[in-house]
Order: sequence, then C-alpha cells, then structure tokens
Amino acid sequence: MAVTRTLRDGAWRVVELITTPVVPADYLDVIAPLRNPTVLRARIDAVRPETDNAVTLELRPGRGWEPHQPGQYIRLGVDVDGVRLWRAYSVSSAADRSDGRFTVTVNAVENGTVSSYLLKNARKGMLVHLDLPTGDFLLPESRPAKALFVTAGSGITPVMGMLRSALHELDDVIVVHSARTAADVVFGAELRDLAAQGRIRLIERHTRSDGRLKPAELADLVPDLFERETWACGPGDLLDDLQEHWADAGAAERLHVERFRPTVLVAGDGGTVTFEKSGQVVEAPGGTSILAAGEAAGQLMPSGCRMGICYKCVLPMREGIVRDMRDGTITTASEVDGDKILIQTCISAAAGPCRLDA
Amino acid sequence: MTTLQRKEVNPIAHLSPEDIEQIGRELDAIRDEFLAVRGEKDAKYIRRMIAVQRRLEVGSRAVLLFSVFPPAWILGTIGLSISKILENMEIGHNILHGQYDFMRDPKIHSTTWEWDFAAPAEQWKHSHNELHHKYTNVIGRDNDLGYGIMRVDEQQKWAPAHLGQPLYNFVNACLFEYGIAAYDLELGRNLSSKRRRNNPDFRARLRQVGRKIRNQMLKDYVAHPALSVPVGLAFGNPFGAFLGTLGANVVANVVRNLWSHSVIMCGHFPNGVETFERTSITGETRGEWYLRQMLGSANISGSKLMHIMTGNLSHQIEHHLFPDLPASRYAEIAPKVRALFEKYELKYVTGPFVVQVASAWAKVFRLAFPNRKPARPIDHAVPPRKPAEVAA
Repeated sequence: MAVTRTLRDGAWRVVELITTPVVPADYLDVIAPLRNPTVLRARIDAVRPETDNAVTLELRPGRGWEPHQPGQYIRLGVDVDGVRLWRAYSVSSAADRSDGRFTVTVNAVENGTVSSYLLKNARKGMLVHLDLPTGDFLLPESRPAKALFVTAGSGITPVMGMLRSALHELDDVIVVHSARTAADVVFGAELRDLAAQGRIRLIERHTRSDGRLKPAELADLVPDLFERETWACGPGDLLDDLQEHWADAGAAERLHVERFRPTVLVAGDGGTVTFEKSGQVVEAPGGTSILAAGEAAGQLMPSGCRMGICYKCVLPMREGIVRDMRDGTITTASEVDGDKILIQTCISAAAGPCRLDA
Repeated sequence: MTTLQRKEVNPIAHLSPEDIEQIGRELDAIRDEFLAVRGEKDAKYIRRMIAVQRRLEVGSRAVLLFSVFPPAWILGTIGLSISKILENMEIGHNILHGQYDFMRDPKIHSTTWEWDFAAPAEQWKHSHNELHHKYTNVIGRDNDLGYGIMRVDEQQKWAPAHLGQPLYNFVNACLFEYGIAAYDLELGRNLSSKRRRNNPDFRARLRQVGRKIRNQMLKDYVAHPALSVPVGLAFGNPFGAFLGTLGANVVANVVRNLWSHSVIMCGHFPNGVETFERTSITGETRGEWYLRQMLGSANISGSKLMHIMTGNLSHQIEHHLFPDLPASRYAEIAPKVRALFEKYELKYVTGPFVVQVASAWAKVFRLAFPNRKPARPIDHAVPPRKPAEVAA
C-alpha cells in the first residue's frame, strides 16, 4: 500500500531526525548488536575443540544473514587486541540448519594472529563481525557419480561442510586427507566413523611419518583418478602440484581448487604508496600487500577475501607500479595516460612509488 | 604571552640545538612506548564511553518527556548537558583526531564519525587537526589564537574594535558551536569579496553547514519537544511540555558551549603560554615542533572526572605532543612529559580550572586595551631566528 509505505517512510525519517547526527541503529547497537540491519555480526554460541590446534565455533548470525552453500566461506572480523582483523574461514556445518546457526573451524596457522587468538580466547557470548557467505568452491546441482576430495590440514573444512550437507546424495566418495599425525586430523572421529559405515572411502596420509603426498602417488591410491570430479583444498604448493598433474592428464576442468592465502613468490622491492584523497603516505615493503600496509598505517580501506578472488578491495591506481604477489605479474599505471587502473590491494605489493585515488 | 623570539627573558635561552633535538628523541621514545601498549584496553574504553553516553542521553531524553514536572526537567537537563559534553569532548573530539583509527572499526573512525555539534566533522577536522595542531600558536597561521575576532597576544596589533572583545568572547562562548562552524568556514575571509562568496567550494561547504545546523535544530528544538507533547496533553499542559523540553535542550546546548569554550580557552590562552612568529617555523625540525607544542599549551589540574569531562584536554600539553594517541592515556603519559620539562628546565604550565579560566579571561580584558608599553618594534635588521638559534 502506497499510503502505509509513505507513512512508514515518514515515521522513519522522524526517528532518524531524533537520533541525528548518528543513525537509530547506533543507539540500538548499545543493547542489541545483532539487530543492526546494516552491520552483520554473530555471537559465538559454543566453542568446541577439534584437535590441539583447531577449534570449531558455533555462530548465531544476526539480522541480514543469508544461508551459505556447502563449500563457501565467510569472512570473520575479530577484534584482536582492540584491532579488527578480517580472515576468511570455510563454513564447516551442514547447510540449511533449522536453528539458523552455522560453524566455522579455525586451525592455528603458524604466526597467525587471528587463528591463535581465537584458539586461545574464543568464548561463548563473544561478538564477531562477518560478511555474507561467498565462494564458488561448490558441488554442482547435478551431483557427480564419483567424487574425490583431496585435502590437507585445514583444507578439510569446506569439504566437511559439503559432506555434512550432501553426502546422502553422493554414491561414491573418496577423501584423501593429509595431516601431520592421526591426532592432527580435524574431524578425525567423524570421518573415520563415516568410513566405518562405508559411506566414504577415507585415505589418511600422516605426513610426519609418511612424508608429503605427491600427485603421482594419487594414481595408486585412487585408480580411477581422472574419472572423478575432484575438489582440492590445502596449502598452495599442493594445489599447484595437483593443478599441474590434472592439466598434464588433460583433465583440468575436473579439478576444483580453493586457495586459502596468496603465495608470495617473489619479494618485491616495495615503495612509497600515497593515498591521494586521505593524504596518507605509507612505506610499503615488497613482501606486504598494499592493503596490509595501508591498514597498518590507519588508512580505512575496502577489503574482501584477502586472497585475491572477490575484487572487493580494488582501488584505482593513478600512477605507479605493483607486483601481483601470487604470480609476479607487473601492473603499471601512468598519470599521463589518464590511467585509473583498478588493482587488488590485497594481493598487490608496491614495486615502486604508487599513488592511489583513495 | 608574547612571541618567544622577542621576549626579554627567553625561556629557552639555555637550550642548545642539540638539546632540542634530544627532547624530540625523548618524546618520540615516549610515543613509541605508548604505541606499543595501545590496544584492547583503549578499544574497550572508548566503546564503554560511547555506551555510557548513549544510555545517558536516551535516559535523559526519556526523563524530559515528562518535562512539565520541574524535578524531571531539572534531572533531564543535567543529564542531557553531561551527555552532550561527553559526546563532544571525550568521544567526538578524540575520535575525530584519529585516536581510535587503529581499531579499524568503521563505526569508530575519524573518516566516518559525525558529532552532535553545529560544525560538520569534516570541516572541523581540516581547521583543527590540520591547521591548529600543525601551526599551534604561530601568529598569523594559527587562527585559534583569538579566533580572528580577539587580540590575545601583545604582538597582535590593537584596534579600537578590540575594546569590545570581552563581550565578543562571552557571546562566542554562549554560541560556541556556531562560532566554530563559522570559524571552520573562515566566514570573515570568505564573505569579504564577491569572488570568494561565489567560490563553488565555499558555497558547498556553506550548504553542508546549513544542512547540519538545520538537522541539529530540528532535532533539539522541534522533534524532541514534540515528543513530550502527549505527556503534556495528559496533564493538560501541552504547550508547557513542548516549551519545557525546548528550554532543556537550549540550556544543555548552552552549558556544553560554555564548558567547551572555557576548556579550550585554558588550552592556549593562560599566562605563561608562548606564541611564535610566522617566520620561526620555516625549516622547523621535529624537535623544534615538539618544543613549540610544549611551550604553547597549558594543562588543567584536577580529578579523574575533570579529565573525562574535558575530553582529557586538561592534558592539553600531552594532547598537542601526541594528538593521535588515545586521550585516556594522557594521564599515564603526563608524569613522563613533566619529568622531561623539569630535566630541561622548561615551564610546565598547569593550574586548577578556575585559576586557568580566570587567567585567560584576564588576558582577554587586558588586551582589549592597547599595550601599556609599546611592543618592541621588530628590528628588521636582525634576521628572524628559529627557537634553536635563539640559544646561540
């Protein structure tokens, strides 16, 4: 109804006027932080240790949440020593839970500020910020007849989300999982249970005793390797090896990979990055992304996945030269040419002086 | 006060250029020390302060719905005044300085914050953070010295119009938020010629201020008074309710204006604070900049409550040295800074609120009249000296 709509809009404008110069939600935040429709937050409902180095957080998302697809990830904003740090975590729970909650499983990363903070400090009742689920590491609508999952370490988390959501629709599933020891296998009990029931074939590789998995060994473990639709998630060098192996076999399109973090191939030379609108000037070393360097200096920057896939962090570069930290590609922009080259700040390192229109 | 370089007794005559650079290094070390501990405690502090202020404001405004009853009016007006002071001083001023940008919380960030004050945050940040904090107490560069309407330094030229400055200062104190908005717009300068008046940038900023003031006034003087009308109707006095709440808002805004004006006067006007010549800052080193902040600011001594209510501008010296460190740390920083003043035999200007306010007002009155002794004429044969060179 147009009239009720007009009335409602009018009433809302009055409420906004009452709270100017801030918005009504800012007052609401004081008592009900999950009710804010513009800032997505979640409360930790339960904390469950998985291994010595991994913990599962059960999250109750606030207003504005949209359910995830199995295999997708979310970004979690955690205040570590007063500073909000964002990291991507795969959803490890089944999709469409009736209670609206979901879980992420956090593995301690070496020197990982956020992961080690959560492992030590996550408590029931804690508030975290989040983003809507995203990512295209997904099972197709028409389920594959034969599926293979190759994972290592924390790479099991998105796959666990898939298995918990869709295992009943998959007939032939092989999981090849690498972890340092049997005790380090995240979701070890659940996976072994599924294997005992005959619902999956589980191949555990304990790298401390057996060494790292070589793609060539996979053929022995899984004879019909390239007949299977394959999903792989784990450290960058494992994924590189797999991609090469699948490409050599002409089966590249059957392999789906999810990378957690960019691999720094070459440490660049670094340079002075100038944010022209704010006037902020930052010395960015070659091994640090422009995003990280800017944030460390207090520049408020758009950010997204922090792994180079979502393009939420792009900023126009007017002049300068940057190196893609994943593959070393050089991108240049010249003011004389009137350039405004959008660069992904999360995976771009300065390779000389840069001026950004931000 | 008078420009340091022309003083008969030079307060920094005993410092060599090396001393001044050493002071800079020691202050940098204090800054590093507090940067290293900045973190969760500061984040919790500002979040708690915001929550307290918002609860106090909502509570006071709820009480003012019953403004037809005198006790409710008094209680609500006191609460609202305190809430507005906290919002401007300990919260707004400090967030807009970027003291909490390190948190990377877009809700509590200098680029996104807006405050309950006539001057839009964006314009205030320019005139305050960029100009006043950079050119502190430099005559002709720092417009905070007298706000362009008063003579607060012997070196500033006297004119008969200055006879009225005690009155201007009082009016400015009552209407401080509008005074600051006009100051940020540089109204005096920008209205002076047709070309400046029609400058599109100036007109855009003028519209921005207009919008802000309109919203602020509609909120305080129309919307909230209207909200108390239903209670007034129930008790047969709707007009009294509207006017009561309107009056409460006027009082709260004026109280906040008088308070913040007084605190800010205490920052740079009391006796013992030095001013600097325009030419003295060319090629200024980091040590010299620090020294100028040390000599150009004055503190207010008092209780913890006093520090909170002044937004820790009672630690004006520490604030000017480290404007982007969280203000709630200034009390911890102060003893270290004070020890440095003593080590280098410099005067740490501080005093109780009443004494400092009186000292500042005394100067406003005294300088309304021409100098008793003519100011020492500037001898152009002597090249302008930097503080460091004064010692030589």
